[in-house]
Amino acid sequence: MITDTPAYALTTRKLTLAYEGKVVIESLDLAIPTGQITILVGPNGCGKSTLLKGLGRLLKPKQGVVYLGSESIAKLSTKAIAKRLGLLPQGPTAPEGLTVRDLVAQGRYPHQGWLQQWSKEDEQQVNWALSITQMIEFAHCALDNLSGGQRQRAWIAMTLAQDTDILLLDEPTTYLDLAHQIEVLDLLHDLNQQQGKTIVMVLHDLNLACRFGDYLVAIKGGSIFDQGQPKQVMTETMVQNVFGLESRIINDPVANTPLCIPISRRSSGTVRVGHQS
Amino acid sequence: MKQWLVVRPPQIPISFHLDRRVPHIMVGLVLATLVAMVLSVGQGEYPVPPLDVIKTILGLETSNPDFDFIVMTLRLPRTLVAWGVGMGLAIAGTITQGITRNPLASPDIIGVSDGASLTAVTLIVLYPELPTALIPLVAFGGAFTVAVLIYLLAWKGGSSSVRLILVGVGFSLIAGALTNLMVTFGNIYNVSQALVWLAGSVYGRGWEQLGVFVPWLIGFGLLGWLMSRELNALQLGDEVARSLGSRLELQRSLLLLSGVALAGSAIATAGNLRFVGLMAPHLGRQLVGPSHEGLLPVAALTGGFVVVVADLLGRLLFAPIELPCGIITAIVGAPYFLYLLIRDRNS
Repeated sequence: MITDTPAYALTTRKLTLAYEGKVVIESLDLAIPTGQITILVGPNGCGKSTLLKGLGRLLKPKQGVVYLGSESIAKLSTKAIAKRLGLLPQGPTAPEGLTVRDLVAQGRYPHQGWLQQWSKEDEQQVNWALSITQMIEFAHCALDNLSGGQRQRAWIAMTLAQDTDILLLDEPTTYLDLAHQIEVLDLLHDLNQQQGKTIVMVLHDLNLACRFGDYLVAIKGGSIFDQGQPKQVMTETMVQNVFGLESRIINDPVANTPLCIPISRRSSGTVRVGHQS
Repeated sequence: MKQWLVVRPPQIPISFHLDRRVPHIMVGLVLATLVAMVLSVGQGEYPVPPLDVIKTILGLETSNPDFDFIVMTLRLPRTLVAWGVGMGLAIAGTITQGITRNPLASPDIIGVSDGASLTAVTLIVLYPELPTALIPLVAFGGAFTVAVLIYLLAWKGGSSSVRLILVGVGFSLIAGALTNLMVTFGNIYNVSQALVWLAGSVYGRGWEQLGVFVPWLIGFGLLGWLMSRELNALQLGDEVARSLGSRLELQRSLLLLSGVALAGSAIATAGNLRFVGLMAPHLGRQLVGPSHEGLLPVAALTGGFVVVVADLLGRLLFAPIELPCGIITAIVGAPYFLYLLIRDRNS
């Protein structure tokens, strides 16, 4: 247990990330608050997934530093990082026939050695991850036979078995219908509340981002447009500037968070509320 | 509910888990292989009854004093070579499919085997005076060269299944053409030796070849098996593997090295036995699932069994004419490859 918990789980300083020379994120300073849910939003290609990879040391910075707590991530061994930070990429794939238990057990990789490949602790942690994601009953099922939501829960269970304080997730709700999206986000919310996990994720749905995020980071063209609590960040100006979309922001009657109503060509000409005739 | 067999003795700091089907299936495969071996050793121009085969191998007295020579010198080493080569190719195939995450990538499909064939044929045809113990090393060199080229050309920019196979087929054709060149212009005696070997055959293989091959099989087979955990992580994709703390490039290089060494040495011993490296891992996965700590030994035993049976069938089907076992594995394996391709396209 780290007694002296830093206020920021992850910090970047002048972080520049590039793919084969093409700069995607440029000189970015960001601080991820510990114990909160931070959500990265922005249009396609703005660099939010790239940023997540940079935070999770999957992409080596071209320039700048990522700090895990107070240590530079470049100076830590990849195994040491894996004990503190778990990352779930977008749309991961598993080999045919792999069972949920097989998959979740893979999360123990950084804790295992040549001789100790399945310790009591590994078993306990895997069982815990299976039960908190409600996957126990599917433990022996092959991943291919599950629904999208169950499969995503299995992958999340794998990152939970890794037993890290920080979780990075790239669009954990892609390809899921609305009910399954809420199911996954509720699970992440519970993990944040009950286990104190720091969660950073990329989400496309602005309204869900406002509902589930404690901290919102709006990214545009590789830099931060605005960041803060959803109520401050989610404004009509932000949506206009970042997404190039006209919208109205109203209050979400269920969660009391901002709700973005986009204005489309179809709706703008017919501003009739209680249409009869 | 009990899907795993957990081994965790309290006295020693060792623990691991296996799919619970693994032990039974391994025992079953070993027994089936032993039966096939006894039949195989008994089969031939001079038949030996199964019971006498067993007696001779165990060093017991038999009715016929010739049996000892026939069994121990002529036939037993040959079938043992078939078994070992089958295991080596199967492990190589399992490793290749694991690190590429491509169910169709086995050394013989992606051209690695043809690289090995080319260099080995070159050695046989151009330098027949060199010791046979050099052949595995040279075949390994050829296999390794092709593997590196494939890695650079097809793999670096994302390992797309189709691209890997297309580039591999290209290398196969190039290496095949160069091998033909060797065969066409070489000395006729050396060439005929090379040709028998090329078809994939355990004909005339003895204790000497077995002795050269076994260290490669045990060394790299064991290395591959000890890296099962890494293979399991790699199967989930580069990003997941790296997030889990795998030192991706190092692990993958070591695994590739073992796969190439196994394929190269197996091919050096018995020629290019096609489709064993492709089929065995698939059959193994159907038997025990995709986790490598169980899959690798099961696939290995499956591959060994397949080649032993292929060698037996090759001598049985059109006796006294003998078909190289590589032809048998190709007749069975080619349709299987097509089936996998079609199934892959539909999913």
